Amino acid sequence: MILAILSGFILAGCTPFISKFIKGKGSLLLPLLPFGLFVYFISYLKEIGEGQTFKFSYEWVPSYGINFGFHLDGLAMLFALLITGVGTLVFTYTTSYLKGHQYLDRFFGYLSMFMASMLGLVLSDNIITLFIFWELTSISSFFLIGFNNDDPKSRKSALLALSITGLGGLFLLAGMVLLGFVGGTYQFQELLSQSNLIQDHASYGWIVGLIFIGAFTKSAQFPFHFWLPGAMKAPTPVSTYLHSATMVKAGIYLLARFTPLLGGTPEWNTTLIIVGAITMVYAAVHSIFRIDMKGILAYSTISALGILVFLIGLGTEASLLAAGVFILVHALYKATLFLITGIVDHETGTRDVTVLSGLSKVLMPVAVAAGLAALSNAGAPPFFGFIGKDLIYEATLAYGNWAVVLTIAAIVTNVCLLFAGLLAGFKPFVGPLPSNYAALHLPHPTMWVPPLILAGLGLVFGLFPSLIEGVLVQPVFSSMVIEGAPVHIKLWHGFNLVLGLSLLTLTLGVVLYMILKPSSLLFSKTLKFEMIAPQTLFGIFGKFFNAFARFWTGLFQNGYLRNYVITILGFLTILLAYRLYQGVNLYIDTAQLTSLTIYEVTVAIMMIVAIIFTVFSRSRLVAVASLGVMGYSICLIFLFYSAPDLAMTQFSIDTLTVILFVLVIYNLPKYKNFSSKAVRLRDAVLSIFFGSLIAILTLEVLAEPLNRETSIFYAESAYLLAKGKNVVNVILVDFRGFDTMVEITVLVIAAIGVFSLLKLRLKSIEKE
Amino acid sequence: MELILVVIIGLLYASGIYMMLRRSMVKLIIGLILLGNGANMLIFLLGRIVKGKPPIIDSTAKMLTEIYADPVPQALILTAIVISFGLQSFAIILVKRAYKITQTDDLDELNTTDEIYE
Repeated sequence: MILAILSGFILAGCTPFISKFIKGKGSLLLPLLPFGLFVYFISYLKEIGEGQTFKFSYEWVPSYGINFGFHLDGLAMLFALLITGVGTLVFTYTTSYLKGHQYLDRFFGYLSMFMASMLGLVLSDNIITLFIFWELTSISSFFLIGFNNDDPKSRKSALLALSITGLGGLFLLAGMVLLGFVGGTYQFQELLSQSNLIQDHASYGWIVGLIFIGAFTKSAQFPFHFWLPGAMKAPTPVSTYLHSATMVKAGIYLLARFTPLLGGTPEWNTTLIIVGAITMVYAAVHSIFRIDMKGILAYSTISALGILVFLIGLGTEASLLAAGVFILVHALYKATLFLITGIVDHETGTRDVTVLSGLSKVLMPVAVAAGLAALSNAGAPPFFGFIGKDLIYEATLAYGNWAVVLTIAAIVTNVCLLFAGLLAGFKPFVGPLPSNYAALHLPHPTMWVPPLILAGLGLVFGLFPSLIEGVLVQPVFSSMVIEGAPVHIKLWHGFNLVLGLSLLTLTLGVVLYMILKPSSLLFSKTLKFEMIAPQTLFGIFGKFFNAFARFWTGLFQNGYLRNYVITILGFLTILLAYRLYQGVNLYIDTAQLTSLTIYEVTVAIMMIVAIIFTVFSRSRLVAVASLGVMGYSICLIFLFYSAPDLAMTQFSIDTLTVILFVLVIYNLPKYKNFSSKAVRLRDAVLSIFFGSLIAILTLEVLAEPLNRETSIFYAESAYLLAKGKNVVNVILVDFRGFDTMVEITVLVIAAIGVFSLLKLRLKSIEKE
Repeated sequence: MELILVVIIGLLYASGIYMMLRRSMVKLIIGLILLGNGANMLIFLLGRIVKGKPPIIDSTAKMLTEIYADPVPQALILTAIVISFGLQSFAIILVKRAYKITQTDDLDELNTTDEIYE
């Protein structure tokens, strides 16, 4: 199992090394991978149909409870078959569609990575692994959407898709972690047994909300839907794959998967119904005004996703069954229509439905596939779509008080979808053939056979629903409804209200198709509403966020060293002041203080004056001289208080510093004030506060008892162990000899630096 | 005497910070020196000051007894003084050099890595 999932990643990793092979005849071998996987999953079909599930577990990070746990049940099976099945056809289709493309190898690499991520996503039992695969699909779809990377629009769409789905993914992660925290495990099957506990927990609302955001962004629900039409910039095989079987279905999968765990509550159902209903109606109405085949299909996909969310939200057994069936219905006809769009675009160079017509005369098999898909989409009997539509109406009609409203919403959506389907799958193929398309010829069979297979399946499943009822539909249903009655799907229900509604939908759709002709005028009118579209709002938000980030960074990372110093010191001062304000205990033991003598006071006064001169002097020379005076005063203090070594060092160092200053002083710039008075006042206030705090802290520390352990050790051992009588010297050159050696090294480096700076000749820039 | 030293330490810190916040590079160095001295004095004071008892073992004795000045802070400060001299001298020469090339002492004008030709 793990090999089955990882094989896609392995292939993706290999593509750079076999690029010549892929660009040549080798590309025809690549569809064998998804096909092999498809067969592999099919081999489990019988057992799954008998109600078995399969578990595979591999340890990964056991300490965090994260493992590669895979669980194959009905729902995972449906998606796995869609991913690998449609994957096979898309791979095959691509070999012709992108034949001879410069980056064909790259494309297949991304595509197989995407497929593998998707497989991992639907098979994961561990919700953290599920999240990782979830993000991998976002990342690989980013590369796929932005495949035409020299087109700025393509790049922008890819970025938009990534930011929306990636952002949602982060919410999802938060939801998953919270869920794992509440449930005490990250294994989905274990969580399932604690459904009641989780639903009664205080964090339930948060979990549901976070997971919803993740699912809605991925499945392009209103108001996050706008990245999907943008994703049309991708090559057609990608759109096919993203829209029918994968990516956008991930959110649906997530909701379906979590239904038995989190569903059944008012929060869950109401939110999903509202969001789903808004999305399906909004996008369906949008789709009928489009003129680009891909645009029509994109909005109809969003609408179909809305229907799925809506059905999951209804949460009844009938609606969940309808959702399960509709996933398959939609995947079959939508993939077909996209593949056909790709062929039409490939052959005629346009996707504008106002221009295209009569193509059935030159592209007959394609037209057949398109017609079948359009009819399945329309829900005409005896297609699979008819079954799907029937189930939807059954579900809405049975929904208590709101049945009428929900059913009307479903009818409106279906009528618009029907119209959109006819527009993309029917209109381009009927009517007179324009003369400039007369010379078209059928593309390579690898392009037109896949849509034909998919469309054919739509008819076969419709005629013989028993083919999939037991092996697929029942297990899918059981995954979502733990203890449900056995399901039964059939084509013919007899004459009843549902049939009437279906016929009404069909009639209305066809009438609409007759009346409303697609035109660019109408399309341009709808564009006026973009001002208030979520997409525009999102753009504004993005710009605002960027500006805010720039401002914030500029505020703190402004490149002025002193501003960093001010920030750090200011913060430190406030913290310390607050602490001292809470309870300062200024206790000064006067008995402990050393007595004052007149010469000490003199030295202290000298120092204070020197400091004042250093700071306020307008002359550089005075400042440096005062600095020297201050240094010598410190030297005297060291001398008074039993530190002769320090006094000597300070004396020599101070002398050297002053000499150095004076030596270079004539080269130094004029001593001047750059800052304004206000700035100086601010700095002065900060400095005085900081200085006072240090002084108070010093007093506090002085009141504390001192631990003299180290000093006592040195005092006792200096002579006995190191044979030296000056303890300070012994510490420096003996006990801490290595430190001193390193210190000398530092000094040598500084000396080399000074020397080279002095000797360095900077060619012509130098004006000595 | 401790109280006076506390005041001086506070003053050294305050003036050091103030000078560091100036735009002039020379003032920045002076600020560094002041701050360094303040830190030295702080360590010295916190090791407790003792008058007239240097930590030197009497020629007849084998170890320090009675009251003596703490040798550890002294060793620390000695190191600090020497190291800060290394830093200061390098900084002074660097400023001199930088000024010669850029003809400015204003830190705010040193915002490009390109050499300025005049």
